[in-house]
Amino acid sequence: MYNASDLRKGLKIEIDGEPYVVTVFEFSKPGKGQSLYRCKLKNMITGVIIDPTYRSGDTFKPADLSERKMQYLYNQDDEFWFMDVENYEQSPLKEDQVGDAINYLMDNLEVDILFFGDRPIGITLPNFVDLTVTKADPWAKGDSVTGDTKPVTLETGYELRVPPFIEEGGKITVDTRTGEYVTRVKE
Amino acid sequence: MSLGSKNRSFEDKPAIFEERKPHLLLRARIFQSIREFFITRGYLEIETPQLISAPAPETHIESISIHDRYLQTSPELCMKRLLASGFPKIFQIARCFRGGERGDLHLPEFSLLEWYRAGIDYRDLMEECETLFLFLSRRLDMGTRLRCRGVDIDLCAPWERLSVQTAFDRYASISLDQALNNNRFDQTMVEEIEPHLGIKTLTFLYDYPASLAALARLKPGCPSIAERFEIYVGGIELANGFSELNDAHEQRKRFEKELNQRALSGKTVSPMPERFLKALENMPEAAGIALGLDRLVMIFSGARTIDEVVAFVPEEV
Repeated sequence: MYNASDLRKGLKIEIDGEPYVVTVFEFSKPGKGQSLYRCKLKNMITGVIIDPTYRSGDTFKPADLSERKMQYLYNQDDEFWFMDVENYEQSPLKEDQVGDAINYLMDNLEVDILFFGDRPIGITLPNFVDLTVTKADPWAKGDSVTGDTKPVTLETGYELRVPPFIEEGGKITVDTRTGEYVTRVKE
Repeated sequence: MSLGSKNRSFEDKPAIFEERKPHLLLRARIFQSIREFFITRGYLEIETPQLISAPAPETHIESISIHDRYLQTSPELCMKRLLASGFPKIFQIARCFRGGERGDLHLPEFSLLEWYRAGIDYRDLMEECETLFLFLSRRLDMGTRLRCRGVDIDLCAPWERLSVQTAFDRYASISLDQALNNNRFDQTMVEEIEPHLGIKTLTFLYDYPASLAALARLKPGCPSIAERFEIYVGGIELANGFSELNDAHEQRKRFEKELNQRALSGKTVSPMPERFLKALENMPEAAGIALGLDRLVMIFSGARTIDEVVAFVPEEV
């Protein structure tokens, strides 16, 4: 159990059966009065933000969170299915839980899936993924001005801007944190 | 007892000290000016031990113990013993220690200015506070206006005088009685009332419920109210003063209540300060006050956090 004095930014606790992360934390105390711990907490499933004030003596259950290495399998309707690489158990995430990661999900991609108890609630991608370009305008020689970019579409349907020398069928590395092109993959 | 929060990390970056330097220079000038103010007014500067055998029992103040002694949470008890022993006007700049207090306005080790004067009450003391602030602003060539937390504050006397009852009536969503009965006083104070205090002028918030002033005298003819006040500047609590209780019997009962309260909530219980209670029998009528000097420097320097006005914060040493 955590005490109120353990509260700090980033701490993950369980309230009413849901996991919350502390996003803002402020200690205040009238000189002769009680210690007050004013927080903003974000629900890790719904994203809803609450702003409770706790006092010394209040206790909290740590949120039962764990990460598992899983492989992306397929999507059906609005569910995205992953398989645990160790025990082959399969678990789904809803489309809104996958969020922007949808741009990088290709078959067999290994990701970290965040579980609250037995319940999958989030995904962490590798920082860099290699994806195949499925649609690109040909490189017109002569307009290779530095800084020029052109739009391409990747195998996942994600569209981004890349340097003009990238061609259809080639592979590129994308930074999943920024969504930007990093380099061409030499095969 | 943890001494500080864990969500801060610091490196010895020269830039931090570049930023702090002007605040540290101002801090030194403020301390010098405070001494000048009290010495020219006939106060005696005294020093009392930081390691004591029995801190003042307070439900919500955690003392830090070292072997069989405690680091003082305030020099109050020793200073009152001097007051009772023929020192009628005394002041002290004291290092004090309180466990578990760390935030933008809190350090577990901090500096308090305390002064006591025989023969006056809390109203006289309020006037002396006004005089002190005007003296400091003149010595610091700062004019009579302060800019603090985005508001302009007039230092000229008289400051706003607001009773706790009126403050609840004016600003709080629940009544003072409801707050007291439902253990909501502190939270209501912090969240609903304090942001309105010390905005145009400084504010004296005064006449506290008797249950919230363990060492203050009750108002004559009004036993539910203690003659206690706090100074607020820009929503920040700066000082706590009162007419001193000098009835040893009554004081013992109040300490017993505080110690009981601590025992009930599973907190450490320190010994009864017997020597202080003995001395209290001879203490004259007096008023005294504790003023947070780190916060005072914040207010005069425009610093946003207490970290900016000390040489090192606990996480750096």
